[in-house]
Amino acid sequence: MTTLTDPPKEQFRLSMLLYDTRYRSATIQVIALIGFMLLAAWIISNTIQNLEALGKPVEFGFFGESASYDINQRLLEYTSQDSHLRAAFIGLLNTLVVAVLGCITATIVGVLVGVLRLSNNWLVARIMTVYVEMFRNVPVLLWIVLAMAILIEGLPAPNAFRGDNPTATMDLFNSVAVTNRGVYIPEFLFSRSLGDIHLFGTSSLRFDISLDLVAFLVVLGGSIFTMRKVSAWAADKQESTGDRPKIWHIQLGILFVPMIILMAVLGLHLGYPELKGFNFRGGTHMRNSLIALWLALSLYTAAFIAEIVRAGILAISKGQTEAASALGLRPGRTMRLVILPQALRVIIPPMISNYLNLTKNSSLAIAVGYMDITGTLGGITMNQTGRELECVLLLMLVYLCISLSISAVMNWYNNSVKLVER
Amino acid sequence: MSDVSFVRTEMLPEQAPPASEVGLIGWIRHNLFSGWFNSILTLVSLYAIYYVLSGVLPWVFQSVWNANSLNECREIMMATWGSTHGHACWAVINDRWLQLLFGFYPSHLYWRPIAALLLLLVALAPVLYSDRLPTKMLIFSAIYPFLMVWLMWGGTIWGPIAAALGFVVGWGVYTLVSKQLSGLFGLIAGVAASVIWWLVLSSYFVGALDSILPIGIEAVQSRQFGGFMLAILLGVVAIGVSLPIGIVLALGRQSDLMIVKYLCVGFIEFIRGVPLITLLFVASLLLNLFLPPGTNFDIILRVMIMMTLFSAAYMAEVIRGGLAALPRGQYEGADSLGLNYWQAQRLIIMPQALKISIPGIVSTFIGIFKDTTLVSIIGLFDVIGLASAIRADTAWNGIYWELFAFIAALFFVVCFSMSRYSMYLERKLQTGHH
Repeated sequence: MTTLTDPPKEQFRLSMLLYDTRYRSATIQVIALIGFMLLAAWIISNTIQNLEALGKPVEFGFFGESASYDINQRLLEYTSQDSHLRAAFIGLLNTLVVAVLGCITATIVGVLVGVLRLSNNWLVARIMTVYVEMFRNVPVLLWIVLAMAILIEGLPAPNAFRGDNPTATMDLFNSVAVTNRGVYIPEFLFSRSLGDIHLFGTSSLRFDISLDLVAFLVVLGGSIFTMRKVSAWAADKQESTGDRPKIWHIQLGILFVPMIILMAVLGLHLGYPELKGFNFRGGTHMRNSLIALWLALSLYTAAFIAEIVRAGILAISKGQTEAASALGLRPGRTMRLVILPQALRVIIPPMISNYLNLTKNSSLAIAVGYMDITGTLGGITMNQTGRELECVLLLMLVYLCISLSISAVMNWYNNSVKLVER
Repeated sequence: MSDVSFVRTEMLPEQAPPASEVGLIGWIRHNLFSGWFNSILTLVSLYAIYYVLSGVLPWVFQSVWNANSLNECREIMMATWGSTHGHACWAVINDRWLQLLFGFYPSHLYWRPIAALLLLLVALAPVLYSDRLPTKMLIFSAIYPFLMVWLMWGGTIWGPIAAALGFVVGWGVYTLVSKQLSGLFGLIAGVAASVIWWLVLSSYFVGALDSILPIGIEAVQSRQFGGFMLAILLGVVAIGVSLPIGIVLALGRQSDLMIVKYLCVGFIEFIRGVPLITLLFVASLLLNLFLPPGTNFDIILRVMIMMTLFSAAYMAEVIRGGLAALPRGQYEGADSLGLNYWQAQRLIIMPQALKISIPGIVSTFIGIFKDTTLVSIIGLFDVIGLASAIRADTAWNGIYWELFAFIAALFFVVCFSMSRYSMYLERKLQTGHH
């Protein structure tokens, strides 16, 4: 009769750290961690030594000092007496403005071009191909500089609008002035304004929120909520009786009537730009730098988005369309209910990375003098205070936060439309 | 029986289709005027093409090629066409094209960057056409990086040779030690030997050999580099060096070792989360702070380091995509053959994963190549920086479009042909799967 015995218990030997697969991975990781920490410590100690030699210890006190430079394109009020922190904050908002504007136009243009590239019309498809290849294969910096040059050289100066026989006229019923100093568009004014809320007192992050805007958003939100309720009611009715009640006029009413009432209550009117002295006054002034950057970034990114959209639509097999029409769906519904939901799954992930690229490319604003976060924190503030380390590291941190939040939001959206598998 | 109606016994000959359905007319009807909407689109496009071409073509072709300044250009235009508007002054390109291509590289040494570029093609050939060219040509590909550095920067030949010898020394120590002890010890000893060679011994080696056998060519300073050559140099170095780093990072990100994985993920996401321009700020302002006091190496090298790190992160993601695209069975097959991790990677996984990721690698290269123009923001004289410098010259003050058109054409030609090549590769690789 045989007896089972335990295998002899191995004594732990030092060499097992290297040869035994159970321990080897731990050894490698510890070595990697130690190596990484040594490298980090080496860099930090070098930096400290170098900064000591230069007499510039790391500190962030300079943020409280007066910036003493002007930012001409801004969302919030800012004067050159404000602090560097305020300047950086204004710059951050400017970055976000151009990124959001750029993403919106790039998506619209990109989807349009992507769909037109698949058009049956040979000529249109070719023109769109030329557009895509032209923009994709030339550096974005060149497009930005070129857009700026076109705006400065190609557009009329404000004094061309003057006199009885002006060489240039304002567009869109005398409301928009396109000049080589920027574009002047009408602004919304309220004769019975609700005023502003002032957040954060007088600190550098002070922020005014217009109550009129809040009121509009609240009303819009309420209308959309009611519209959804109404369409849910219509769907219920359809399920119980088989007839879908006509609701589109109710929906339109719900959307527009409260909005128009609110406009009348607040006394909304437009403030038009007018030529006074050497320049236009009134209205909102969008500087050339913003427009050049916006235009170049959105057209450049649109070329990439067009390719993504095209690939996404091509990825859906023809059988899906055929099956949908066999079920009796009309082309519009086929697109909305069958093709688009599937194509979106292919399109969204690369679209996210293109939005990220656009946001990161907006840092090239420095080439045309648009004061975004790179132009303020990484530009004039850094040059004036000589705090390279602090400014560049903070700049990277800010961009990292923006990128990570964009990808977090977009990944959340992507997960909500993703195909749920087993 | 005789009143049977006529029954044809033979087929009628086929009639030709109507003229409106075939040939040129049919094609136009189907592709351009198939409906009212399509017809409108066609007419609008035709007008747009006419509008653009009627502006651009006269500008391009009714132009001045020989003049010494913008004013002279304008005088010639006035004399010939009666207006200065709508005519290009290509004289600026005629005057400065060498500078736009080579920067301030000494003109009698232009053959060196050209030779480096041609040899690059020779070195790339066995990698790209591995099925048609002998494997022995890979030896030249291995020598090429050192040859390129020597050609571009010049100086004594012993410097690049010493740098190359560092790898040989490391490899020798690795094989020796790993035979005696173990692979891991061998690796550590090999790396240590190489580092000691490069940091300590190689300078004596170079000094000694240089005094005995002074073989060398004229040295060129980094600050003389510029123009389109700089874009190509930065792009090639960044991609060439980042490929191995990217492979290591991708493997690290896929690995089961948690700490290694998170270090790699952290690096990749950090680099991909910040704009290249901030990394270039690091190169121009901070990199010297991070190194031991007194170290000072030139700006081109610093920019190369940061561009390499930047492209390594993107390369890692491309290669990770290739690794993820491989079916699980490949890994299991390698395991069942009893291969260890590195053998499996080298013989089974990497050859396939890299092949899948070639299109991605090419498009990363195009991206990096276009991004090299950003160095003009930190004050290097690449093409865009040189364009500003040329405009600052009184002779050419106020010239815009001709320079932009030339630069855009340079980039377009290179990037477009690369993207076509990658599409060709994609098609070539796809046929294998179906």
